[in-house]
Amino acid sequence: MEKRFMTGNEAIAEAAVQAGCRYFFGYPITPQSELPEYLARRLPEVGGCFLQAESEIAAIYMVFGAAGAGARVLTSSSSPGISLKQEGISYIAGAWLPCVIVNIMRGGPGLGGIQPSQSDYFQATKGGGHGDYRLVVLAPSTVQEAVNLTMEAFDLADKYRTPVMILGDGYLGQMMEPVEFKKRKQQSLPPKDWTLTGAKGRPRRIIKTLYLQPEILEQRNLTLNRRYQEIIKDEIRAETYLTEDAEVIIAAFGTVARIAKSAIRILREKGIKAGLVRPITLFPFPYQTFAQISDKIKKILVVEMNLGQMVEDVKLGVCGKAEVFFYGRTGGMVPSYDEIVVEVEKIVKEP
Amino acid sequence: MEKVFGRPKSLLAVRTHYCPGCGHGIIHRLLAEVMDELGIRERTVGVAPVGCSVLIYNYIDCDMYEAAHGRAPAIATGCKRVHPELTVFTYQGDGDLAAIGTAEVVHAAARGEQITTIFVNNAVYGMTGGQMAPTTLVGQKTTTSPFGRSAKHSGYPIRMSELLATLEGAAYIARVSVHTPKHILQAKKAIKKAFETQIKGLGFSLVEVLSQCPTIWGLSSKESLDWVEKKMMPYYPLGEFKVPKEEKV
Amino acid sequence: MKESIKKPFYTDVLMAGFGGQGLMFIGKLLAFTAMKEKKNVTWIPSYGPEMRGGKANCTVVISDEEIASPVITSPHALIMMNNPSLEAFESMLKSGGVLIWNASLITKQIKRKNITAIPVRANELAAQVGGEKAANMVMLGAYIAYTGVLAKEAVVKALKEFLGAKKSHFFSVNVRAFEKGMECVANIR
Repeated sequence: MEKRFMTGNEAIAEAAVQAGCRYFFGYPITPQSELPEYLARRLPEVGGCFLQAESEIAAIYMVFGAAGAGARVLTSSSSPGISLKQEGISYIAGAWLPCVIVNIMRGGPGLGGIQPSQSDYFQATKGGGHGDYRLVVLAPSTVQEAVNLTMEAFDLADKYRTPVMILGDGYLGQMMEPVEFKKRKQQSLPPKDWTLTGAKGRPRRIIKTLYLQPEILEQRNLTLNRRYQEIIKDEIRAETYLTEDAEVIIAAFGTVARIAKSAIRILREKGIKAGLVRPITLFPFPYQTFAQISDKIKKILVVEMNLGQMVEDVKLGVCGKAEVFFYGRTGGMVPSYDEIVVEVEKIVKEP
Repeated sequence: MEKVFGRPKSLLAVRTHYCPGCGHGIIHRLLAEVMDELGIRERTVGVAPVGCSVLIYNYIDCDMYEAAHGRAPAIATGCKRVHPELTVFTYQGDGDLAAIGTAEVVHAAARGEQITTIFVNNAVYGMTGGQMAPTTLVGQKTTTSPFGRSAKHSGYPIRMSELLATLEGAAYIARVSVHTPKHILQAKKAIKKAFETQIKGLGFSLVEVLSQCPTIWGLSSKESLDWVEKKMMPYYPLGEFKVPKEEKV
Repeated sequence: MKESIKKPFYTDVLMAGFGGQGLMFIGKLLAFTAMKEKKNVTWIPSYGPEMRGGKANCTVVISDEEIASPVITSPHALIMMNNPSLEAFESMLKSGGVLIWNASLITKQIKRKNITAIPVRANELAAQVGGEKAANMVMLGAYIAYTGVLAKEAVVKALKEFLGAKKSHFFSVNVRAFEKGMECVANIR
């Protein structure tokens, strides 16, 4: 298959189309605007609908409406815009609707900056909106992986009736790499027997989130939670790189994990056996991978483009069995492989 | 014997939770009658608001969403774009539509979104216990304007119909009332026209319905009907503010 | 031990200039050509409003192996189009690396000693072949001629595809400028 040379933003958009997504609702924001721009041209070609909303808030509720009507639907934004969408994401989760949300992160808090960041890790994995819900969060580190995970995200959303987030940083969105669009194997997915299409020849259907009786709301939340448990059981993904003989482990996701790989190559040339654990699913988080690795490797350096967010989950996985160190840059600054090398050398020297 | 009056098919045979004297029951019935007359119940999707009428989906026999506060027009947009063949309506109160959801309704209208909005204006927040609404009249006492709404402090009530009628995408905009039988019949005509506007694909349609809230207003049912006529109608004049172009000819 | 016999190919280059000088373009073209030649590539730009005024830059990595970091701290080569870019990036260049600098516009002294600096009068050379705007292609030609990263024919072929039908009228001037850049390095050597 011929490779195409595309930015991450465009590639995610094309992957969505190839996954059968025909509806996009969004609002422009740097550094992800190439994604809606691409779909504004592309979706009409395939009989779909691209609509620029008046705000991120309106966009996420258009997604709510389209998902409830049975469509595969996408929205994308960057950090401040994703904050605005949080209300709607909570409603979508509560209404058990499937959709895919792309967050191409930039520095915050507030308007922050437009350079790459990973500081929405907490927001993405620990809730973001109100209520007892989780998002499935996928963190690609290459443009090709962004394509593959975007296609998969639509299946996961339909399978578990949940919103799925693709969490990338500004570099993933802006970077160009060669990509292939391989057709995904047809998945067996549950029938959408809950969509609103007009109550012709069947009882009416209601999509709602209001349950005034706590007993009923509790039951609904427990049902949601059973789904999350299934997701935790079946969908965890992580990459390990040169961990077999490693004396020290770097844990990182997304673009930072690639930078860490370069650092590991340099470290190994210097005689330090470093390895990498890269969570691909941030929820569900690969706690078990860290639990196992910390049985034999006693030093773990977590590197992030924030001031320490995923490091908390790594610590939960390690559960005190290894020392966990942290190195992060924030505000749109990107840690370099040289900086990571220095940090690893420091912790290896410590007794 | 011929039955001349009965429950519309689109209205479920259940008791509503509305207070005695409330206008919502009448407006629900008008909506159901129009759905019956147009024969669209099986291809209609509604969107419920947050407010007293959040439970409208328990009363109208069609597919329905329940929206977040103010967001109904955005949800309706998403649904309609996926299923242009359906008739999609939102049912919203004044807090929902004219405060928190102002952006959504203005832009749905500006886009000429092929949806119909029933906008119930009773000049207060009912469900949360009678706070000041964007449509609360100057001088009107509510729990958050205990000395009467001060224009200097809180500004002026918004005439949504007039505002929306300025937008090119809005095809049919009317204000009606349900405080007398005559007005109820006129209201039904407007609601029907709004749905027909959508079915013909002419653009966005909205009917603002002035409605009584005796409980929150602290009036008897009869007094609340008079209040609509004497207090609300002078500020919120009834009429059609915009009609589809094809009808003007 | 096979690795020690033939090390897999790897290189990276950072290029920078004013927005509008076409640095993003030649960066993409370089990466696109390398992709067509079955290499792994990444192209990463500076982005945002700064691009319109001051310095636009991008980094290209070309490798036989899977590319780890697309973000490069000490590149093997620099292509510098103006003074602010040189000031910002000169110190980053790897020891022994190559600095290709636009002698038509850069007036600052090159400070680095342990590198190869190649001056290219890109604007004049481009003007000679019919378009000062193609100065970027002169610089790319110089880079390709010096490093031998890709064959000339591969770049020309990729350029045709990259421009597409819509911009095909720029093709020949771009090729001429590219050739000028290559010649200029050959002359130095």
